[in-house]
Amino acid sequence: MGKRTPLYDTHRRSGAKLADFAGWDMPIHYGSQIEEHHRVRKDAGMFDVSHMLGLDLTGPEAFPYLSRLLANDVAKLALPGRALYSCLLDDDGGVIDDLIVYFFNAEHYRIVVNAGTAEKDLAWMERQAASFAAEITPRRDLAMIAVQGPQARGKVWRAYPGTRTASESLPPFFAAFDGDWLISRTGYTGEDGFELALPALQATEVWEELQQTGVAPCGLGSRDTLRLEAGMNLYGQDMDETVTPLESGLAWTVALTGERDFIGKRALLAQRDSPASTRRQLTGLLLLERGVPRAHQAVLTAHGDGEITSGSFSPTLQQGIALARLPGAVAVGEIVRIDIRGKSHPARVVKPPFARHGKILVS
Amino acid sequence: MNIPTNLKYARSHEWARQDGDGLITVGITDHAQEALGDIVFIELPETGRKLSAGTECAVVESVKAASDIYAPVSGEIVACNQAAVDAPESVNQDAYDVWLFKIRPADPGKCAAELASLLDAEAYGLVAMSEE
Repeated sequence: MGKRTPLYDTHRRSGAKLADFAGWDMPIHYGSQIEEHHRVRKDAGMFDVSHMLGLDLTGPEAFPYLSRLLANDVAKLALPGRALYSCLLDDDGGVIDDLIVYFFNAEHYRIVVNAGTAEKDLAWMERQAASFAAEITPRRDLAMIAVQGPQARGKVWRAYPGTRTASESLPPFFAAFDGDWLISRTGYTGEDGFELALPALQATEVWEELQQTGVAPCGLGSRDTLRLEAGMNLYGQDMDETVTPLESGLAWTVALTGERDFIGKRALLAQRDSPASTRRQLTGLLLLERGVPRAHQAVLTAHGDGEITSGSFSPTLQQGIALARLPGAVAVGEIVRIDIRGKSHPARVVKPPFARHGKILVS
Repeated sequence: MNIPTNLKYARSHEWARQDGDGLITVGITDHAQEALGDIVFIELPETGRKLSAGTECAVVESVKAASDIYAPVSGEIVACNQAAVDAPESVNQDAYDVWLFKIRPADPGKCAAELASLLDAEAYGLVAMSEE
């Protein structure tokens, strides 16, 4: 038996197909993964993401601690409620995890990390915190519900009119407390919406109320195709400790300039200054024939071989799409070949995202 | 669970039906389509291909996974269902109506033995249930 979120019984009752995800029994879909995908692109869907771990970071040295810990620069977080995406790196620049950090004040942050890496992250973060006056408090008392889609915010306000005041003026990537809820305008689908962090005891009631308001329950299956279309990496699949953010399409999340010395910086600087031909890159692929690319399939290019890290059928494009780690010399627009069960299929190198905000962004 | 009693079943979740013309029509079971989820791609064998029972000869892919399809009997592929290739989701709608390919048995006696070694609806129901 796997670990269960506060919504486990609710999922069972709604007929979800459950499967193991990083040691958790999670809903994969409630009938049709593709319908759930379209609901989020066109209307509003919700995901139970309570398996992810929220951590509160408090203390007088919370800011210098995060400046040292994270590859992205928390100094960018000037306004309360602002959120930042960052990698957590080891000394070699390898990716331990990717996370979102929310800023409330210089002595209080909230961090949300992946489910499968939570224990590892916590151990690493505790170790690094030893020399700082900063305290890490895991928040397993919270449930997290991601409500996503063009109608998501409106439906949250319809179900809970009281939340509108606190959340209406939130720009993307900002969060605000409303009583004991944290409402964030963030997500992992490429659509607008909120992520709600709320007391676990309220989770079922809120889930059911949102469902009554027309928010479709969605499983992790559609969450995966939505994030892939949106060009967002999945930890453990598109990146791990054997690669750096620079090789994972995440150079934009690394603040390499300036004096700030963060864990992994030296390794990233050395990699940045190495010849392009020795580097790898994470890029998008659009399959030009029918078929479905899958993780670990080989990609043959004029500059050497690479590998698919995530691949699927895209419900929005109605076509096979993938993220692939390829030699650094491969350029956008090039035709490469994917080896699918011994047959070679042409694919075009594209710059992700493939689709966001209901629109196809590649051709 | 929908498991028609007039069909024979392989443990690998294909159904087989012997028609009046002697051909064996093959598809995947309702349990298989349910387990796969939304089917988005089907690759069928070339007609004229000769194969023996248990040979991997087609692929059905859903959003989440690819599943190999095995020939339940020996013989020659004489027909493939292009309609299934063009509308893979139709297998989700009716897995017993949307067949994948037809095999002409090379040896009727051998074919009878191969069909006899497949599972009946009741036995397949137990296999499917054990995977639920």
